[in-house]
Amino acid sequence: MAGNRDAIQRYALAVLSHLLLVAAWHFFVVLGDVPAFVMPSPAATLRSLSIPNYRWFENSAATAIEIFGGYALAVVLGVGTALLFSWWRWLEMLAMPLLVSLNMIPKVALGPLFIVWFAYGIGPNILMAFAICFFPIVLTTARGLSEVEPDLLDLVRTLKGSRWQIFAKIQLPGALPYIFSGMKVAAILAVAGAIVGEFLGSDKGLGYLMLQVQVTLDTAAMFMAVILITLIGVALYGLVLALERLLVVRDARLQ
Amino acid sequence: MAGPFIHLSGVNKVYRTRGEEFLAISEATFDVDVGELVSLVGPSGCGKTTLLKVIAGLHPYDGGELRIGSQTHPFDPSRDIGMVFQQPLLLKWRRIVDNVLLPAEILGLPMAESRERARDLLTLVGLAGNENKYPYELSGGMQQRAAIARALIHDPKLILMDEPFGALDALTREKMNLELLHIWREARKTILFVTHGISEAVFLGTRVVVLTASPARMADNFQVDLPHPRTLDIKTHEVFGQYTRRIYRLLGME
Repeated sequence: MAGNRDAIQRYALAVLSHLLLVAAWHFFVVLGDVPAFVMPSPAATLRSLSIPNYRWFENSAATAIEIFGGYALAVVLGVGTALLFSWWRWLEMLAMPLLVSLNMIPKVALGPLFIVWFAYGIGPNILMAFAICFFPIVLTTARGLSEVEPDLLDLVRTLKGSRWQIFAKIQLPGALPYIFSGMKVAAILAVAGAIVGEFLGSDKGLGYLMLQVQVTLDTAAMFMAVILITLIGVALYGLVLALERLLVVRDARLQ
Repeated sequence: MAGPFIHLSGVNKVYRTRGEEFLAISEATFDVDVGELVSLVGPSGCGKTTLLKVIAGLHPYDGGELRIGSQTHPFDPSRDIGMVFQQPLLLKWRRIVDNVLLPAEILGLPMAESRERARDLLTLVGLAGNENKYPYELSGGMQQRAAIARALIHDPKLILMDEPFGALDALTREKMNLELLHIWREARKTILFVTHGISEAVFLGTRVVVLTASPARMADNFQVDLPHPRTLDIKTHEVFGQYTRRIYRLLGME
């Protein structure tokens, strides 16, 4: 199968570029004699995983919970809000301008407030991840729900179809590609939100760990933390992509 | 006969924009008998699409009389209209057969029977074997065939077509014209066909209604006495030329 060989080739090239980056990193450090506190080698970075003090698993789990929790909350509430908007136009006219204004608040600036309100810990960081990715999801979902061909509405109207039928058979499935494009943007933002939350105040998580090891100049551990954060983000993004493949017909997907 | 299936008499439609009024349809008066295929032809802006939507019950009209249905052929406005537009407007996420089934779902028709009917209709429009494909896997012409099957699924008495072949290339369009005549003969429907193609209007129509723009006005309404079944070579007939010249003249293009 030509298509199959194409796919294998594509994956092979993707893996290759990642390996090349690691190799370049390795040779840069080794040949350039770069001090370890500036940039550790890949091997040194990996070795930092063996330090039990850093509680890698616990910290990674905390960060993952913040990212997935805030993200899930944003998807549910974001899509829900947009659905309410499409159902009640006046609600959209009332609340959408307010949301646009609120979205202009730099969410990072809310961090200290969240800590005052909810104390340290996972809770405020979930809230930060949520705050940063809620709006894009509302916006793309609302857009998708409003993109209905007027002629298609006429067709349903000649059959005296109900508003619910229009919604369930045409509007919602038609909006799915938009919802997923919002979810993809939000997945990236959620990671940033959770880490910023940990920077501002936390007692666990990979962002918290980074601040701890910064003091002792354990750059290898900082590198490792960044890599783990990235891997959690990749896992979330991959999950969203898989879900999209499952639910959205190829031609309908937004690129 | 118990009167025409569709009766329009002095139907007007006024649009109001920024305080100004303009007449989109003026004094539309014509009858359509059961089983006729009537072409509505005219330039853009002549109100032909508006007229179609008025007949579909999608727009109100301002004065005049519009009656659909007769004693022998009663008309139920909620299930006796099938519509085909310039774009196929198939739902991308549904397979072809499920697209065809959409009106049946909306009307709550029994699904098992409808599914069988959908297969028959897809065979009628020349799409047998494509039931389980997605719209993107079909060409524009094939998608429009599916849209025609969708318009027929609930067995409506009246099919309204708004420039259904306008987006197709010339050759596909000719082919679709022949197909439509075949479908019309097989399905025995009354069809209103809006087009700006003069030769298409004459080739398809048992009757042609000519509309002109600015001012919007019904200019002519005549029977097309060309034999059925029609083939493409009637386009070279003397009579065919006379009909098209008649329309060109009305539209001020001669």
